[in-house]
Amino acid sequence: MTEPSAQPPTAQSIEEIVRSATAELDSLENLEAVDQWRVSYLGRRGELTTVLRSLSSLDVDQRRTIGASANEAKNTLEECLEERVRKINGAALIRSASQGRMDVTLPGRPALEGRLHPTTQIVREICSAFTAMGFGVVEGPEVEWDHYNFEMLNIPKGHPARDMWNTLWVDYEDPAGEQAMLLRTHTSPMQARVMEGQEPPIRVVVPGKCYRYEATDATHEWHFYQVEGLAVGEGITFADLKGTLYEFARRMFGEERQIRFRCDYFPFVEPGVDMSIDCFACNGEGDGCRICRDSGWIEIMGAGMIHPKVLEGVGYDTEKYTGFAFGMGPERIAMLKYGIDDIRHFYANDLRFLRQF
Amino acid sequence: MRVPLSWLRQYVDVDLPAQELAHRLTMAGIEVGEVEVIGGWNEVFVGHVTYVHPHPNADRLRLCVVTTGSEELEVVCGAPNVASGQKICFAKVGANIYNTHSERHETLEAAKIRGVESQGMICSAIELGLGDDHSRIIVLPDDAPTGALLDDYLGDTVLDLELTPNRLDCLSVLGVAHEVAALTGKTVREPEASYEESGAPITEKVNISVASPELCHRYTASLLLGVKIGPSPQWLQDRLTRAGLRPINNVVDVTNFVMLEYNQPLHSFDYDLIKNATVIVRRARPGEALTTLDGVERKLTPENLVIADANDPIGLGGVIGGSNSEISDSTVNVLLESATFDGTNNRATAQTLGLRTEATLRFEKGLRPELAPIALRRATGLIQEVAGGTVAPGIVDVLSDEGADPPVVILTSGKIKRMLGMEVDLKRVRETMDALGFTWELEGDAALKVTVPYWRNDVNIEEDLVEEVVRTIGYQSVPTTMLSSPIPFQQPVPVMGLRDQIKDVLAAVGIQEVINYPLVTLQQLEQVEHLDKSALPLRVANPMSSDREYLRTTLRASLLATLASNQGHSAGPFRMFEAGRVFWPRNGDLPEERETVAGVLAGLRHEPSWLEDDSLLDFYDAKGVVESVLDRLGVTATYEPVDDPAFHPGRCAAIKSRDALLGLVGEVHPVVMERLGLESPQVAAFELYLGPILAALPSSQQQFEPLPRYPSATRDLALVMPSDVDAGRVTQLILRHRGVDRAELFDIYAGENIAEGTKSLAFHVYFQARDRTLTNEEVNRSLDGLLRILEKELNVTLRA
Ligand SMILES: [Zn+2]
Repeated sequence: MTEPSAQPPTAQSIEEIVRSATAELDSLENLEAVDQWRVSYLGRRGELTTVLRSLSSLDVDQRRTIGASANEAKNTLEECLEERVRKINGAALIRSASQGRMDVTLPGRPALEGRLHPTTQIVREICSAFTAMGFGVVEGPEVEWDHYNFEMLNIPKGHPARDMWNTLWVDYEDPAGEQAMLLRTHTSPMQARVMEGQEPPIRVVVPGKCYRYEATDATHEWHFYQVEGLAVGEGITFADLKGTLYEFARRMFGEERQIRFRCDYFPFVEPGVDMSIDCFACNGEGDGCRICRDSGWIEIMGAGMIHPKVLEGVGYDTEKYTGFAFGMGPERIAMLKYGIDDIRHFYANDLRFLRQF
Repeated sequence: MRVPLSWLRQYVDVDLPAQELAHRLTMAGIEVGEVEVIGGWNEVFVGHVTYVHPHPNADRLRLCVVTTGSEELEVVCGAPNVASGQKICFAKVGANIYNTHSERHETLEAAKIRGVESQGMICSAIELGLGDDHSRIIVLPDDAPTGALLDDYLGDTVLDLELTPNRLDCLSVLGVAHEVAALTGKTVREPEASYEESGAPITEKVNISVASPELCHRYTASLLLGVKIGPSPQWLQDRLTRAGLRPINNVVDVTNFVMLEYNQPLHSFDYDLIKNATVIVRRARPGEALTTLDGVERKLTPENLVIADANDPIGLGGVIGGSNSEISDSTVNVLLESATFDGTNNRATAQTLGLRTEATLRFEKGLRPELAPIALRRATGLIQEVAGGTVAPGIVDVLSDEGADPPVVILTSGKIKRMLGMEVDLKRVRETMDALGFTWELEGDAALKVTVPYWRNDVNIEEDLVEEVVRTIGYQSVPTTMLSSPIPFQQPVPVMGLRDQIKDVLAAVGIQEVINYPLVTLQQLEQVEHLDKSALPLRVANPMSSDREYLRTTLRASLLATLASNQGHSAGPFRMFEAGRVFWPRNGDLPEERETVAGVLAGLRHEPSWLEDDSLLDFYDAKGVVESVLDRLGVTATYEPVDDPAFHPGRCAAIKSRDALLGLVGEVHPVVMERLGLESPQVAAFELYLGPILAALPSSQQQFEPLPRYPSATRDLALVMPSDVDAGRVTQLILRHRGVDRAELFDIYAGENIAEGTKSLAFHVYFQARDRTLTNEEVNRSLDGLLRILEKELNVTLRA
């Protein structure tokens, strides 16, 4: 630090002050020293302040030029000061941060987690595969009339095919003294309900709960879901059924999937079929495969062309309209996809099971 | 239905491996559940016992010399029935048979038995898997070919069919043979029915009439005189055993055999027990009863069809015979019945009497009347063959109008195209019809007039024939196309969208979805809600168990039960919800199915962790969840204290929008918790009713509200009020005040420094104008106004 000069200031002397001040500043490492520096150059008695104060001894021209460079010098020093303070602060942050170590291997603070039931997830997946093909989604009553659950589906009272659906009846008799109300055994009653409510074209899927009087085991539940599908219009053929279900199989189980149909019987379709996909676990090889039990194929759903009696029953012109219907069990599809070995897990509601999906 | 291939081959050549045949049948709709192999014994032969003498060291054992034609071997045998000259099943060393000691199939080894080496074994049924008997050896017929592999002589493969109810025809071996022939390009050999008739014609010996032709479409009968009742020949017994039926006597066995062969159930009466040699097919008279073959006395009604003699019923038509006319060892004259009964009535009788027999299994599905005389003649011939006797000339045949003619169906090329989306060459269609045994005539150049064969009852309309075609040519030949019809507009279903939205919010705020059974007990419902005894929930008439009897009227019961069961094996937190329907009975109508969402929160607030406190979930957690849901839906709700039997007094709020009840939120009543075995000091719960929420949704699309352009002013207010003033009412008043934008309750205090019986609530209150920055004076004026109103309405004052 130089003593305040008694000499009148010159441009050179100001430049000299700036040069030595900045050099000194660059060597300072802490804020206290920087503050001393500020006092000695920019303080009330600081060198530059002294210079500015002594301007009054100069003539007007000199005062203007020297004054300008003195002010410029003050600005320069203030900028340098700021810069220096920033640097020192930054270095202090880095130093202190290097001491604030956390054990990053400790577990994090648990976020709240809730999931949808695996059935909900699969039902949504199935429905969205069909909505992408122009199908709507509707639901129907779980407590249903015999009329819709059976009769409108070409399964009159006393029909031997009723044995296919062991029924839970509601304790209710119609005026004729007949058991008439039941827990629906399938989502198919919505076929008739949907068709009664509108004229073709129709494309809908119907997810929902169904019930059967059935002992439970690893593959049977008395309470389960189905997703029903229905398309009615002019010129709808079995080939369209194949195409629709093929597209569904690829969306659900992957692009490479193949489908296969075999003859099956449901009173409300004719022809009736059962659709399988080639096994996604073993790629249809079969041998030693647990998923498809060595067959290479997995049965996924029942389907068929809607029986003319069903179409007639809702007043449709069977010469004009044809349609197809299909139905599948989402739990079975979830079991296949996730490798679940027992359907009874679904509605036992053990959180240790549900949280896996 | 069990179909032994040995039997099937009697009618059709089978040269495919059994597995391949099973596959083809399955693909064509005749599902083969299992292919069961009888045999696979390897080194087991038909042996001839040439010599038997005592074992030197054991009284019960014998030494036998057995020849297989090519070699003579000495074996030790312990069976009491072994004798010289018998044909037997001889297992050589290396045979694969069942070992009764190890209870496994094993390879037979040479062994010393009581000091004598045995070079094989004479087998009983159990060792060969042919039965359970291991006390006696199997004795083969004398004509069994010595030295033949037993696999060739006795081995078989049985197809176990899992039939759909339409394919009645495949409940018979011949029906399956027709199917096999169609699928493999073979021809069926139908059995011959020939016998000799002699003596007086049947019409002179028995008087048969059908009084109820609506329930008996055809009744045929034959009469055999002088038969000898006894055991059936081995071949007949084997056929029945393989197919799963138990041999009884030669006459009954023939009727069962022909039923399995042709599908037609037959019944044999002891002719001499029929009063006045008169048979009347009629409805039972009120009060009539019949003791059936199973020894049970059945009370009958006119809904039941009986076969009666001059006085009483002697059989329940198409269901079961009566013991008063049963074939016994002393029977010499047999009246044989082959009839066609009405399917619906037959099924109803079987169901009301709880009597499902092999006969009803067939009749209920509607047998074709053409079948009755065919099966009658076949059975008559076979009885004569196995039981002797003479056949009275002719048969009785009473045919009603119903079903007298076989169904004729027109099949057009156009229909095939319209159904399948592809053309099928008419020549190919004709070949298919031929292969399946359907006969046809050309109708023009694009249609066939098809007559359905007598064994098929499932083909009645054109669509049925289209299925016959496509299942025979294979579904893979149908093209794969996408729907080309117009896409209908899909009207969204609001309640489904609402439910999905609520479920998504609940999962997002950390609540796990569960799905419970909707059937519960009355007691479960009573524990959690007030039940109106005069309008009980719907009951299932045939519950599977007493704990699944009533249709739930609330989700609470099963949700709390699910909570209790999870508390049994986990520490929590428990945050669960269910979205489901509850069922409210309506007089003479289906119940109202109300969409409901309910949730329970119990246990730790946070997952156990080194970071968190161990505070517990409570009322305000549940309320926060409800607020999140309603906020997302844009529904403004108020919360009013309310009493509900399931909830803790003073800790339950009705969620309301105007006057509509949207749901409840509260803490579960301690008494309910104790009854249900729930742990933790409190369980918070909520219920949301989707119907009212749907009605309370904002009617128009939520519109964007511009962000404030001017700063707001904040004032902190510490307010003192009587303890029983609810915070909600205070907040409401503040929010309604002009100039107030929002208010945050940030502290509640009661205790020292404020008067007893009062509490203090502290709010940040934000004042805001849309069009300018409020001045201090304006804010103060508004605040003064607010304080005046609070004091006037609720006795709320500024804390000193
Ligand atoms: Zn596989």
